[in-house]
Order: sequence, then C-alpha cells, then structure tokens
Amino acid sequence: MKLIFDKGRSGRRAYRAPACDVPMDSAVPAAMRRSAPARLPEVTELDAIRHFTNLSRKNFGVDSHFYPLGSCTMKYNPKSHEIIARMPGFAGLHPWLAQLPGGEKLTQGALETLYRQERFLSELLGFAETTLQPMAGANGEFTGVMLIAAYFKARGKTTRNVMLIPDAAHGTNPASAVQAGFTCREVSSDAEGNVDLNDLAAKLGDDVAGLMLTCPNTVGMFDRNVEQVCKMVHDAGGLCYCDGANANAIIGRVRPGDLGFDVMHTNVHKTFSTPHGGGGPGAGPVSVVEKLRPFLPVPRIICKPDGSYALDHNQPQSIGQISAFYGNFGVLLRSCAYLLMLGRAGMIRVSENAVLNANYLRVKLAPYYDQKITRMCMHECVFSATRQVAKGVHALDIAKGLIDRGIHPPTIYFPLIIPEALMIEPTETESKETLDEFVEAMIEIAKLTDTDPESLHDAPVTMPVKRMDETLAARKPDLAAPLQ
Amino acid sequence: MPYIANTDADRADMLKTIGCRDFTEMWAAAQVNTPAPPLDGLPDGMSEAELLKYFRMLSEKNTDVTGFVGGGFYDHLIPAAVDTVISRSEFYTSYTPYQPEASQGTLQAIYEYQSVMSRLTGMDVVNASLYDGGSAVYESALMAMRINRRKKIIISEAVSPVYRTMLKSYAANQPLEIIEIPLDPENADSNLNSLLTALDSETAAVIVQYPNFFGTIEAWDELTARTKELKVLSVAVCYPMALALLRTPGEIGFDIAVGDGQCLGMPLSFGGAYLGFIATSNAFMRKLPGRIVGKTVDKDGKPGFVLTLQAREQHIRRENAMSNICSNENLCALTALVYLTLTGQEGLMEIAEQNAAKAIFARNEICKISGIKYRGNGAFFNEFVVELPINAEEAVSALLKKGYAAGIPLGTHYPGREKQLLIAVTEKRTREEITGLAKAMEEIL
Repeated sequence: MKLIFDKGRSGRRAYRAPACDVPMDSAVPAAMRRSAPARLPEVTELDAIRHFTNLSRKNFGVDSHFYPLGSCTMKYNPKSHEIIARMPGFAGLHPWLAQLPGGEKLTQGALETLYRQERFLSELLGFAETTLQPMAGANGEFTGVMLIAAYFKARGKTTRNVMLIPDAAHGTNPASAVQAGFTCREVSSDAEGNVDLNDLAAKLGDDVAGLMLTCPNTVGMFDRNVEQVCKMVHDAGGLCYCDGANANAIIGRVRPGDLGFDVMHTNVHKTFSTPHGGGGPGAGPVSVVEKLRPFLPVPRIICKPDGSYALDHNQPQSIGQISAFYGNFGVLLRSCAYLLMLGRAGMIRVSENAVLNANYLRVKLAPYYDQKITRMCMHECVFSATRQVAKGVHALDIAKGLIDRGIHPPTIYFPLIIPEALMIEPTETESKETLDEFVEAMIEIAKLTDTDPESLHDAPVTMPVKRMDETLAARKPDLAAPLQ
Repeated sequence: MPYIANTDADRADMLKTIGCRDFTEMWAAAQVNTPAPPLDGLPDGMSEAELLKYFRMLSEKNTDVTGFVGGGFYDHLIPAAVDTVISRSEFYTSYTPYQPEASQGTLQAIYEYQSVMSRLTGMDVVNASLYDGGSAVYESALMAMRINRRKKIIISEAVSPVYRTMLKSYAANQPLEIIEIPLDPENADSNLNSLLTALDSETAAVIVQYPNFFGTIEAWDELTARTKELKVLSVAVCYPMALALLRTPGEIGFDIAVGDGQCLGMPLSFGGAYLGFIATSNAFMRKLPGRIVGKTVDKDGKPGFVLTLQAREQHIRRENAMSNICSNENLCALTALVYLTLTGQEGLMEIAEQNAAKAIFARNEICKISGIKYRGNGAFFNEFVVELPINAEEAVSALLKKGYAAGIPLGTHYPGREKQLLIAVTEKRTREEITGLAKAMEEIL
C-alpha cells in the first residue's frame, strides 16, 4: 500500500499551464503569501493514472460485481447518461448566468430540463409540486420537515414541535427532524415493520407536527395500514412525510400522494439510477401537496405563458435556499434522462421486476436463513442470521464470506428491529442467473456454518486487506498523511 | 425492455417460484392497493439515440458567452486525466465504503483527499466532504455550538450572500442568533472594527470569507487573536485555488476552514455537483460532522483504511447525531484529489499565479476606461469590484448582448452598490478576451 505522496520525485510534473499572455504581476501582497507551497504530489500523468487505476481495482462497483446492498438500490447506471451530463452546453454553464439580467435567455435548455423533471416527478409520485434543490436524500428529508415546520409556523401553530418517527426508521430521519427544530417521539412497529396503530394513537396529540414514514418500509414491506396511518395523523392535525428511499419498489404502481402523504423525498441515486459515486453526489428531490407549495425553496423554476422558462425568487413564505443554486444539476440531468428513457410504461416494469427479483430471493433462501416476516415483500427481503448465530456465525461473517465469493454483501444490522439483519436488494437490472449464483453462494455459506464456521470468521481472504482494526482507527485517529 | 434483465420466460418461471400467477397477484399479496392512475403526464420512453439527440438539442439552447462571472464558482481549466479517473466505474458505481475490504480504493482515495486538503488549508484534519460550500458554512456554525455551547454567530456581510442565505435557511429552527456585520461602505471590505466590537464571551463563532465575496484579501490576524482570548471559534470560508498562494487559514490561526472545492477540477455544471469541505485542528476532530476516513491495520497488521469516529454519525446516534448528513460528495472529493495530484505542487502555484496576473491585467485595462473606478483595498486574487458610471444591471444586460458575461451586479445583494460590478478572471481567459471585454464596456458606457 503506497500513498500518492510516496510516489514521484521533487520537481516532477504532470501539468503544463498555457503560456501566460499577460505580464506576470499580482495583487497578492508578499506579506499575505503562504510561507511554503502546499506539499502536493509531484508525479507524472502516468504515475497518477496508474495509482488511481490500481486504487479503483480495489473496489467493488455495480459494473464489476453484484451489489445487493439493501435500501441502497444499486442498479445499473446507463452510460448514455454520463455522456449527457458531460455535454459542453450543460457542463460549462455557470449557475449565476441565469440570474444575470437577460441571462435566463441564455440558459433555457438547462431550465427546461429542470422544469420538466419537476413535472415528471410530481406526476409519477402523485403530488402538486417538486423541488430539485436538495443535494442528497438526507438533505431532502431536512427540506421536507422544514416545509412542515414552515406550514405550521405560518398558521401560528408553533406548539406543534414533535415529529413522530417509527423505531424502524433510517437514522437520518430523527437526525433530520432535529436539524429542523423538532423533538422526536418514537412509534413502535409490529413484527412486520408496520406502524403499530395502537401506539400511534397513543403518541398522537396537539404537539405533533407530523410523522416520517418510510414507504415501502425499512423491512422491505408495504405497510398494510398506510392509508389508515395517514388518516390518523391528519385527523390529529399533523402532516405525513414519506421517506422515499425505497420508492424503486412502487414507481408506476402506486403514488404516495394518493395514499395521503403530504411531502416526500426520493433519492435519484437509488430510484432514478444516477451513479452512487462511492458515496455521493446524489440528489433528493422533494415533492409536496398543494398546501406546502408556498414554502418550497427559492428560486422556483417557472414556465411563462410564452413557453419560456424563468426563475422566480418572489416567494415570501419560502424556507429559503437549500443549495446554492438549483441543486446538483449534473446528477439531475442523469435522472431526467432515466425518466425519459423509461417513460410511462418503463416505470411499472422497474417496480414489477424489482419486487419480483426480491421475492425470488426470499423464497429461494427461505430454507437456509430465518425470516421474521414471511409474506410477499417489496424490493428487498430481510433475513435474520439467528440460525447461524447459534453456530457462532454472525451476519458480519456471512457478509465477509460473500466478499470472498465476489459479491458485495447486503446491508447488515439494519433495520435495528430485526436481530442480525441481512437486508438484500437485488434491483430489477439483475438477471435470474445472477440471482441464482447469489443463492448458491448464500447456500454454500449456510452449509459452512455447520462444517467450517472458522473459515467464515477468517473471511475475507481474497481481498487486498483482511478484517480491519476499527477500534485502533477510532482510538488513535490517523486522518491525514504526515508530512515527510 | 431497457435495463431489465428478466425475459418473459424468466418472469413466468420466477412468478411460479414465488407462488403467483401474475403480477396482479404479486402486488395483492404484497398488500399494495390503490393503483396509480394512468400517468398521462409522463412521456413515452425513448431510445438511446433519441435521448442523446433530445439532450444535445437542449444543451445547445444554452448559449455560450465569454465568462467573467465568479462569485465563488469559477471557470478553470480541467486536465483531461481528471475525467479519466472519475470515469472508472469501480469508483463511480460503488457506494459508501461500509465494507472496507471491498472498498480500499475509495477509502484510500478519501484519506489522500483529506491529506491534500489538510496541506492546502494548513489545517490538521479534513472530513470526507459535505454537500457544498453553503451547507459547510452551516455545519461550521453547528460545530462551533457543539464546542463552546454558545448560540451567537457573527458573520461578515463580505461572506457570499448565497452562503448567508443558506445559513439562515438551514438554521431557521435552530436556537442560533445570527448577526450580520455590515461592510465598510467605502470599499469592498468587511468592517473589521465592527466585527471585533461584536465579539463577546457569548459568541459561538465568527465567520469571515478569505478572499471575501468581492475578491478582496483581508488580514485576519487581529480577529483570530481576539477570538482566542474570548474562546470564540473563528471560521474562514476559503477559495481553495487562492490558498495555493495565500497564507493558510491554519497559519492565520483559524479554528475551522470551510468552503466549496468546485474550483478543484469540477465543471460549473449549472450549480452542481460541487464539493463542500470542512477542516479543523486536531483538538476539534471529534466534533466534525460527516464521514471521516482513518488509517489502521488489518488483523495481520497490514495497513489499510476504514470509516472512523462513526459514533458522531446519524446511523449510530440518530437524533443525537452531530449532523443528519449521510451520503456526501465522494466522487467530487475524488475529483479534487486527482486535480491536485495532476496539477501538483508547482502546477497549482503556476495556475494560481496566472489567475492573479490575468485579474490584475483585467483590473488595469478596465479601470483605464473613463468613469470606471476600482473599489477595493488593492489586495485581491482573481476577482475584484469596479464602480461604473451607470447601473451595473443595465451594463451586464448590454454586455451579454455583445457575448460577454461581464460579472455579477452587486445591487441585488448589496443595496447602495447598484453601480458596482464583481468581475472574476481565471487562467482560462485570454488577453484578447480581457481586452475585448474592456472594449465592449467602453462602448456601452
């Protein structure tokens, strides 16, 4: 393992600046200059390319490996979308340009893309409006709950400061609610991950602003009472937030807006196939019902009667700005391309096949792994390694065993309400053969639990490193390469 | 069927496996009722060729102009190899490195990113990235509150109006008091005396920009000395390209440095994706938001990398987390690392010097025009303010018609400065383009 700093020699260069055609002068006074140049790598272009190419080969990605990471929707990322995001008319466009007097005229293509995508998402999810500003899923959650807060504030109901959050929720839900000024109150889930209606009734009250519900839920189930849940929250004067992290399972088949949700975010890097980038950038559009429209972030993108597009900053009740401009435009271009490529008919095929693939795995693996819930799941199936734990093999060991078999592990130890959880999301872009190979690998691991559990404790053995000492990393943090 | 692998025969077979005759039965068993209406607002699907043609048409509706617009986001040259690296699909089709053994590529790259950003800012530690500069400013305010448990944030109006708007939007429901300190009306500087006067023992943080929104380089040593006495956290919002030349926030004594790393190899792309960074001293590393990568060893003692200090984060701490951030801008952090690797120690300095040279050349050319005056203290990097004899909005509008995006008119964000124009010049602008702009300005006045 060599760092980029360990390569190259003093004075070696990869970059040559164009000849400077003005006098080499500067308005940076000597007293304000740094004492020494930043100690950056000194390598050739080949050194750099070889270093990073070899680093990339130490990663599993969707293009190289099956990646059934539950809740993350690691589907295939079409390559034409990469070309679109790099088109010079988009990539070179300065965001301030649209805000200069007369500048809207020069950015009509970009504004049209954004405007159309907002309409598509509103239609697809059953809402009145959509904002594309949030820069990730959690940023969308924050935006959504800020809209709820603004709604109540505008009505003078400042005592509604509690957000209900089911115990099965992603950690971002309570964290986002707190950032928006709410206090969190937990609602229990039943064995299927459905909201416990009795507990919900007990937790509702005059102080409740709303409920954040993941739909389909975090155990991969469609809450059988979802409409009832929304009605109970509405009857108590609250609003319903839909965490759309799992929207891949329902697009084209059911619309959260029709179920009673008031606000929803989607993760374009999940449902709409923008690349995950090793952990971002993503985008987290937020869709709302009519009554939340006045609070959306500014600027809004509008279509004028003459068919041209413009920015509207004049929204006095707006929560303000969530991103510096119009969101992660380069990412949103890719999701817009995905929506257009699939079209109306493609949406339902996505959700049908995503659900079919997950249930296929659920049934095939049922003889080998325990399931807390045995009914038809949505886009992901959740197993519990309890049977294996009895033999000393944990969910973590199963995950590491999969790595040795060339498969990225499922999400493990989430949701928290399932002990030793293994959350498997195959997505619709994987074939039956790939699923069958995965099933074989999982069966082999299940058998090893009986015959050779030790080999799973040692796994992985085929990767550049074995299991890492995370305790040491946290106890003695080494977060940057020391200067030599 | 695009992007769906199962054939009709596969589907029939799999439906049988799961005990359903058809999809209707599958949905019913999954308890999915209330079917969506026909989605008439959605278009028919497109082939790849149609899709590319449509987006090419849209992209060409955006008109190219010679840009002198900065305001925190700059049109720099990007070495070709940057895109080669970030186009490696092992990088861009992977996800958060929760399984370190299968993610050493991403993890080592983030560690190297943290290292180069630490060297550029002169700060000890840097996190794995935040969404963008504005959200980083907000996170710095929250971080200060966590450290000294105070609630007052002092911010200079010479901090980007975009960042101040975002800070106020994000913090709207936080128990934070945000006090904006007006500019020195005579030039394009913060009012240092007002900032110093505003500081007290109840102040959580003071936030300034370096160089400031107007491109002016301000001296902050007096401020950081005073904050240390009062245990106020000092935050510098930085332009990383300028840091190639300038005294680092670390040298000046700032506690936290944040900013947007767009200038490090990211295209402007109409506002994103960009790169938020946050850096601090070792003393405060455990108060940082977001992901951090650390170096450690595996069970055989072999060095490697993991996500670390995770006890701060939402997936562990839920409502008590330091931030709600989950995904960050990993591919953008990789972009910045590759950019800084390729430009390298000397190359980055050279690029920065060219920015400075072209900016002072542009300032001199433009200020030769009768009626145009430079407004600033004389120290700037690649952006500066001029005062025109006419309304700057009108000037910008007229210049756009001549093919120049001449800069950002300041009146919208700074009432009273309606005649002032903020002009940025990067290494990408040629002498000809600069003199062309000056000529066009002369013509419209």
